[in-house]
Amino acid sequence: MKKNLKYNLIWLALACVIYFGLFALYNGGFITIFTDAIIVNIGINVILAVGLNLIIGFSGQLSLGHAGFMAIGAYAAAILTQNNPTYIAFAVSLIVGMLISGAIALIVGIPTLRLKGDYLAIATLGVSEIIRILIVNFDELTNGPSGIFGIAQFSNWQVVFIFMVIAVLLVSNYIRSGAGRATLAVREDEIAAEAMGVNTAKYKVTAFVIGAMLASLAGSLYATYQQSVFPNDYDFMKSIDILIIVVFGGIGSTTGAIVAAGVLGFLNMYLQDFGSLRMIIYALAIVGIMIFKPSGLLGTWEFSIKRIIDKFSKKGDDQDASTNS
Amino acid sequence: MKKKLAFLFASVFLLTACSAGPNGGGGASAGGGDSDAGNKQEGDTIKVGLNLELSGAVAGYGTQEEEGAELAVEKINEDGGILGKKVELVKKDNKSDNNEAATTTANLTTNDGIVAMIGPATSGAVKAAIPNVTKAQVPMITPSGTDDSITVSNDQVQDYVFRSCFQDSFQGVILAKYASDNLDADKAAIFGDNSSDYATGLTKAFTDEYDGEVVAKENFTKGDKDFQAALTKLKKTDFDVLYVPGYYEEAGLIIKQAREMGIDQPIIGADGFGDEKMIQLAGKENVSDVFYTGHFSTLAPANDTVEPFIDDFNEKYDKEPSTFNALSYDAMLMIKEAIENEDSADSADIAKGLAELKDFVGVTGTISIDKDHNPEKPLVVVGFTDGKESSAEKIEP
Repeated sequence: MKKNLKYNLIWLALACVIYFGLFALYNGGFITIFTDAIIVNIGINVILAVGLNLIIGFSGQLSLGHAGFMAIGAYAAAILTQNNPTYIAFAVSLIVGMLISGAIALIVGIPTLRLKGDYLAIATLGVSEIIRILIVNFDELTNGPSGIFGIAQFSNWQVVFIFMVIAVLLVSNYIRSGAGRATLAVREDEIAAEAMGVNTAKYKVTAFVIGAMLASLAGSLYATYQQSVFPNDYDFMKSIDILIIVVFGGIGSTTGAIVAAGVLGFLNMYLQDFGSLRMIIYALAIVGIMIFKPSGLLGTWEFSIKRIIDKFSKKGDDQDASTNS
Repeated sequence: MKKKLAFLFASVFLLTACSAGPNGGGGASAGGGDSDAGNKQEGDTIKVGLNLELSGAVAGYGTQEEEGAELAVEKINEDGGILGKKVELVKKDNKSDNNEAATTTANLTTNDGIVAMIGPATSGAVKAAIPNVTKAQVPMITPSGTDDSITVSNDQVQDYVFRSCFQDSFQGVILAKYASDNLDADKAAIFGDNSSDYATGLTKAFTDEYDGEVVAKENFTKGDKDFQAALTKLKKTDFDVLYVPGYYEEAGLIIKQAREMGIDQPIIGADGFGDEKMIQLAGKENVSDVFYTGHFSTLAPANDTVEPFIDDFNEKYDKEPSTFNALSYDAMLMIKEAIENEDSADSADIAKGLAELKDFVGVTGTISIDKDHNPEKPLVVVGFTDGKESSAEKIEP
């Protein structure tokens, strides 16, 4: 546990370095409104991708319902801060959104996670569409298809960065925990895991609930940065966009999800000039990666501070050994 | 152990201590000159941004608006530009995505230093773009964002948001009056798209204004292809007019299926009908007794600029101009007029010029911008017989 804390603190130190680097760039006036939007969107996509990666990459369940849970978070933030634009209301909306998403994921997860592969994907897609259609039809609360705009801007790059760090640490630590090992066992061989006494349903549902709650968190941040929410923003294609990030980075790699969110974020930024060709170029880039790197940019590889420390300490040991001899 | 974990998460939150208010860390800078006065016009060109749906779900509207704006710029530059400077169109694609519309706006206003923006085409994308044009103090004109709340939200006029099209409430009101007064319809049936803000706005405006009785209400969703079940229900109802608030993709199929089913009452709709594809989808023989609120018609030309516009458009693109072509053409010319009236191409001055625009002669009518940044201009109710425009009635606001 001490060792784990040490690595977490090193990760936090690294996050601080990145944070202060960005802070300096912002204060120096190097970041425009546009670059800020790209950075924030990348941060939000990282939260979405690590959450979905936990479901798909680590527990082996194919979910296409991520956009629905994101919508819950977005609308929770929009509705709860609309008449009370305070940071307390924003904090409450984050919690409310995550609790609702978690509860729905739990209710939906228990029966649907008995399904496998395509069947599960279709079930989760159905749930996501139900959420979106309910949002469209509950127009007294959600303003229907017109959406809600003029939301106070509580999210900025700092808020998003902090929650991104928390999300990444949460998922990384979960995977290294006992529950995480059990989740990985379920992914590798469900029958064998069950034979070893692992409660497979419990760990699949847990991963699904955590992923859904992270999607809700991302949705809340998205709504309060964008200052508007519309039901059409959370359709089936949004789930596919998040799935693309996970697959592009490498299913089962948190590092891959982070890198892919960054790469695709900047790719999107540069493609704005290409008009109707943009979708073709974007698609070709993804197809190209899938052809040359079928397991994604990083496969299942993870950036590991432990590995670096071990490498350097090993070098040190070798040098000590050579000087002593 | 718990203390250590608490310390771990507390240290993450310590990062927030550096925040200087909601937009901490100095915030993002709005490029292009003095941020207090928006973007300044620099060099020999006047940069106007096009933030349109050139790919994705509603690329049909975006590409048409791109054509209209391009033609307008070509004409302006042929005539010597504006204040002796050429106009440069900086085009960006928002891929029919609201989030993307916001980042595209930021890109145009900061990286490209545009002084005015045309687009986006849809109301949702316009709403998403509003915070960024407001931060950058760059005016935008949407050619087809019809939602009432775009220009006025919570009784607050959006300083940098304008439109060249009508708002939903105006079209809904006119259609309600037209149904009662011109079509003598005492009973109306509504078959509307409940998945679009455009259609729900039109439905509300019509329902609030209509003198007669709404005897039936059915809904469809964007992308639907088969309307037989709902139309069968409607056929059993006694009504005088069928109101279809929605876009041409669904409207064309609804008209086709309704006529084939024997529903021969007049069908009315708003400017979303205004595309040649509507007639193609419905089949010419089915498009009779169909009326919609349009922005211009050759049968009732708003002024002398309509014919030359149609000829120029035909020559450049080898096709008839659509409503969307005309609206973006006017949007560009409104920017030109505002620059000339203010004798300045700085974004803040253009916004002022647009807010004070009076009696501008455009192809969709003589336009004056009202206090809510909406255009006051005549509306045309276009009637069809066998897929051809057979009547056009100009209605003053």
